[in-house]
Amino acid sequence: MIVLSKEKFPIEKEQDVILFRNRIKELATRTGMSLVNQTKLMTAASELVRNMLRYAGGGVTLLEIVSRSSIPGVRLTFIDEGPGIKDVHQAMKDGFSTGKSLGLGLPGAKRLVNEFDIKSEPGKGTTVTIIRWKNGL
Amino acid sequence: MNKDTAAYLKGKKKQILETWMGNQVKDAALRDDLMSVAELQQQSEEFLSALLNAFNTPEAEDTESAGYEPIHDILSDISITRARQGFSPRETSTYILSLKQVLSQELEEQLRGNPALLYQELLSMNRIMDSLGMVTMETYIKGREEVILRQTSEISEISTPVIRVWEGILALPIIGTLDSARTQVVMEALLQEIVATSSRIAILDISGVPTVDSLVAQHLIKTVSAARLMGAECIISGIRAEIAQTIVHLGIDLTNIYTKATLASALKMAFSMLNIQVSRAPKQNLGF
Ligand SMILES: Nc1ncnc2c1ncn2[C@@H]1O[C@H](COP(=O)(O)OP(=O)(O)O)[C@@H](O)[C@H]1O
Ligand SMILES: [Mg+2]
Repeated sequence: MIVLSKEKFPIEKEQDVILFRNRIKELATRTGMSLVNQTKLMTAASELVRNMLRYAGGGVTLLEIVSRSSIPGVRLTFIDEGPGIKDVHQAMKDGFSTGKSLGLGLPGAKRLVNEFDIKSEPGKGTTVTIIRWKNGL
Repeated sequence: MNKDTAAYLKGKKKQILETWMGNQVKDAALRDDLMSVAELQQQSEEFLSALLNAFNTPEAEDTESAGYEPIHDILSDISITRARQGFSPRETSTYILSLKQVLSQELEEQLRGNPALLYQELLSMNRIMDSLGMVTMETYIKGREEVILRQTSEISEISTPVIRVWEGILALPIIGTLDSARTQVVMEALLQEIVATSSRIAILDISGVPTVDSLVAQHLIKTVSAARLMGAECIISGIRAEIAQTIVHLGIDLTNIYTKATLASALKMAFSMLNIQVSRAPKQNLGF
């Protein structure tokens, strides 16, 4: 996999979410991604930044355009130094929430992208990486 | 700063103010449409008095010291006001920068015969004025941020009109991001109108909402439940194809909520729910 472009986007407050989503749209458009796939990527990203803000008080994101076998895609990494997740398996289940919300953010985001990776260590923080390929289903 | 220098500058106050004002007014950047010259003169005089007094204290170089408190206050006031009035950063920083210029000239004139002292005093004055310049910019940016926040909340209020499309039917076009604060505004406006108009159906049109994530969905569901408690049923319209697909993948359950692709089809549904029949009148010669 080749990284074609890379940038950092700190997330500190709710207003950042809109700017962040707009930036992702710009990158996704640059790869020639279809509207449906763009929307899926932006929605997944929206879930993950909201989690970062809500449970970890913010964090930093990496926005990359990558390419594998000449197929471009967008890779997003969400890094926070919040409380971490005790049981990742449980957090990935539909409907599980410690925040009285729908509990669909993590599992939903996973279904909306082509690659999904989550690493979390209690007391240290959480890192989620997602990729949406231009032509992925 | 040397006591004699500070005293000298203080003695020259009137002249300094005059030159400074001249510089500010002459500077093309000053926009007299935004602030009257008389007002500026008064503000500048207050500022200069406070500054020259602070120069005369032992902690003259420490702009965080007590002597600088009134100066910070005036300065913050000026930059916040200028930020709100739409002055540019350049126009705002001119205030301090043009005074620095006048003070340099005065020092040069007075201390020409003593280059070592002149150097020292210039350095000290520069340090003070630079630090004040930074205060100006910091408060200016804060002022701009306030303006932006206020505009944002104004936009979110004006962009949630509740429209009476028919007797008993309300429509609410939602445009932009439906965050928590926004939902509160939308919900209140809607519930109020439901009561005021005794409406039985409310159409929430989300064609103007760019992203529907689980938080937005939760807000929509909450709004629908609240409307039901008031005796009104909701129809969500304007669900674009890509949004529909995304909602399904997210796993959001909207089966208990009426949804329609377009506002027109939602309206049709509302008519049938209220047993209203809308039909085209038969063609005839209107001979009156
Ligand atoms: N970045 C994070 N830091 C700490 N905990 C998190 C983070 N993201 C998610 N979680 C935990 O995982 C749970 C499930 O998250 P999610 O699927 O987005 O649902 P929801 O946000 O509705 O609770 C959250 O309730 C929270 O306990
Ligand atoms: Mg979530």
